[in-house]
Amino acid sequence: MKDKIQMRKGMKATFFLLPSLALLVTFFIGPVVLAVFYSMTNKALTGSAALATEFVGFANFVEFFKDPKFSVAFSNTMWFLVFSGLIGQMVLGFLIAYLMQKKNKNFRRAVGFVVLTAWITPEVVTAFMFTVIFEERGVINQFLAQFGIGPTAWLFTFPMVSVIVANAWRGAAYPMMMFQAALDNVPGEIMESARIDGANSFQILTKITLPMIKNTSGTVFVMVTLGTLNTFGLIYALTGGGPANKSTTLSMLMYQRAFISYQIGYGMAIALCLLAVGIILSLAYIRFNNQSDRPKKMKKRKVA
Amino acid sequence: MDKRKKKYTIFSYIILTVLAIAVAIPFIWLFISAFNPTAARTFTVPEVLNFDNFKTAWSNPRTMQGFMNSAFIAVVQTAIVIVCSVLAAYPLSRYGLKIGNNISMVMLFLSAVPITAIMVPVFQMLVSLKLIDTYTGVILFSAAAAMPYAIWMMKNFMDAVPTELEEAAWVDGSSRMGSMLKVVLPLMVPGLFTVTIFTFSGAWSNFFVPFILIQSTAKMPAAVNLQQFFGMNDTVQYGPLAAYSLVYIMPCFILYFLAQNYMSKGFTMSGGTKG
Repeated sequence: MKDKIQMRKGMKATFFLLPSLALLVTFFIGPVVLAVFYSMTNKALTGSAALATEFVGFANFVEFFKDPKFSVAFSNTMWFLVFSGLIGQMVLGFLIAYLMQKKNKNFRRAVGFVVLTAWITPEVVTAFMFTVIFEERGVINQFLAQFGIGPTAWLFTFPMVSVIVANAWRGAAYPMMMFQAALDNVPGEIMESARIDGANSFQILTKITLPMIKNTSGTVFVMVTLGTLNTFGLIYALTGGGPANKSTTLSMLMYQRAFISYQIGYGMAIALCLLAVGIILSLAYIRFNNQSDRPKKMKKRKVA
Repeated sequence: MDKRKKKYTIFSYIILTVLAIAVAIPFIWLFISAFNPTAARTFTVPEVLNFDNFKTAWSNPRTMQGFMNSAFIAVVQTAIVIVCSVLAAYPLSRYGLKIGNNISMVMLFLSAVPITAIMVPVFQMLVSLKLIDTYTGVILFSAAAAMPYAIWMMKNFMDAVPTELEEAAWVDGSSRMGSMLKVVLPLMVPGLFTVTIFTFSGAWSNFFVPFILIQSTAKMPAAVNLQQFFGMNDTVQYGPLAAYSLVYIMPCFILYFLAQNYMSKGFTMSGGTKG
């Protein structure tokens, strides 16, 4: 009797899950499997390979290391990650949250509101606004002209800087919100007693505050890294990856290889690398999530 | 000690204000330029403020078309995602706690998979299914991509609805589907709204997916149109584009603040159980 009920439960559950699963497997998981397969072929839409796709094993991946464009894209991606994601978004977001502690409520709301609007703006609009700002006759140069600094074509001369700033502007809100919540949870008494014991602000920050928000920091780090590594729209619309690949990141390179040069196999290999990094990071994220849950649950039981 | 604290406080207020202004600059330009008929790349103090730019932008038929496309895609996509995620969240939330949580974690994990990485195989797949450059293809894929996070959110909201209420309905002879529709859903309305808003927002602002999957200009959503308009450098009309952008981002703002409202209400039970 129990087995029958279990079976009916199972069937009912499947019925509920079916629409989502159908969509997910077809359009999400299916492509991932295809990506793995294609990355090991020399599939292309033009040239000799278009007629007869061959299985080339890891040749695509080996080509990476020989391709000078790949190393440029890789180093650009690293610069982008460190300066835009980690420093620009995470550290800046933390700074804002830290400075906002104990400030006037309405002031906090106003600043938070401004930073947040940058986050909810669609990528394209952000790119448009920054095209204007970084243009040779644009807003920043107008401002710098007051100090006698000649106009710089930011998007041509310093494309990475432009992209880094634009992305940092866009993304600082998420870390700011997360750190704000985390900092609010740090009990004031601990900091007070440390201060009484003679610790200065820097010591309190590094030895007490930072360790206490370790879990949030981990989550933010993973989310920021994932988001930054996969930024495409902003960079494409702002600089197009140029000039001369100066601002091409791995995601841009993948797009170029797959959709412009039509070297599908090669493009997929790059995509797979991005995917692999994403998977590793999300596993780490889940670990962090699980860890922070447990101590909270234990606390609840103690009180009850 | 007090003097130092005061200095620090004033100092941080100044830094925060400067930062806030710096962040606001692009928006200030956007807002002013939208209403300034002689808008340019610089901060020109407008002599007149009117709606000319809006009229110019809308005189191009592609403008309205783009917005209609965005709206159509976003609405259908959201509808699909909501229906599927509610259905999927139900067994995850109600049957067998452990498996439910594990699958939920898998969903969270899937939601971190970068869409950029799977666009190439998706493109290939849609080409062979003859769904490339169609609304159907874009909607189905975008819905699938939005599904994991939506399911995860839905399940969390559903978990907040206690099962006792449903059990009461079963005693009265209701089916699972019936109890879900008549008992659970009404009690998670704020959660439903939150997921809907979140999904719709994502669909509305999506650039990359339609950029890759759609080629005919008639079907391009507003995001792709915008990029195409200012991608051609010297013929850019900043004023009308600013007007266009302003209208385009309005729904995002409205939706976000609505979502804030519902999110804070979402985690309270609003009178479903006694005491």
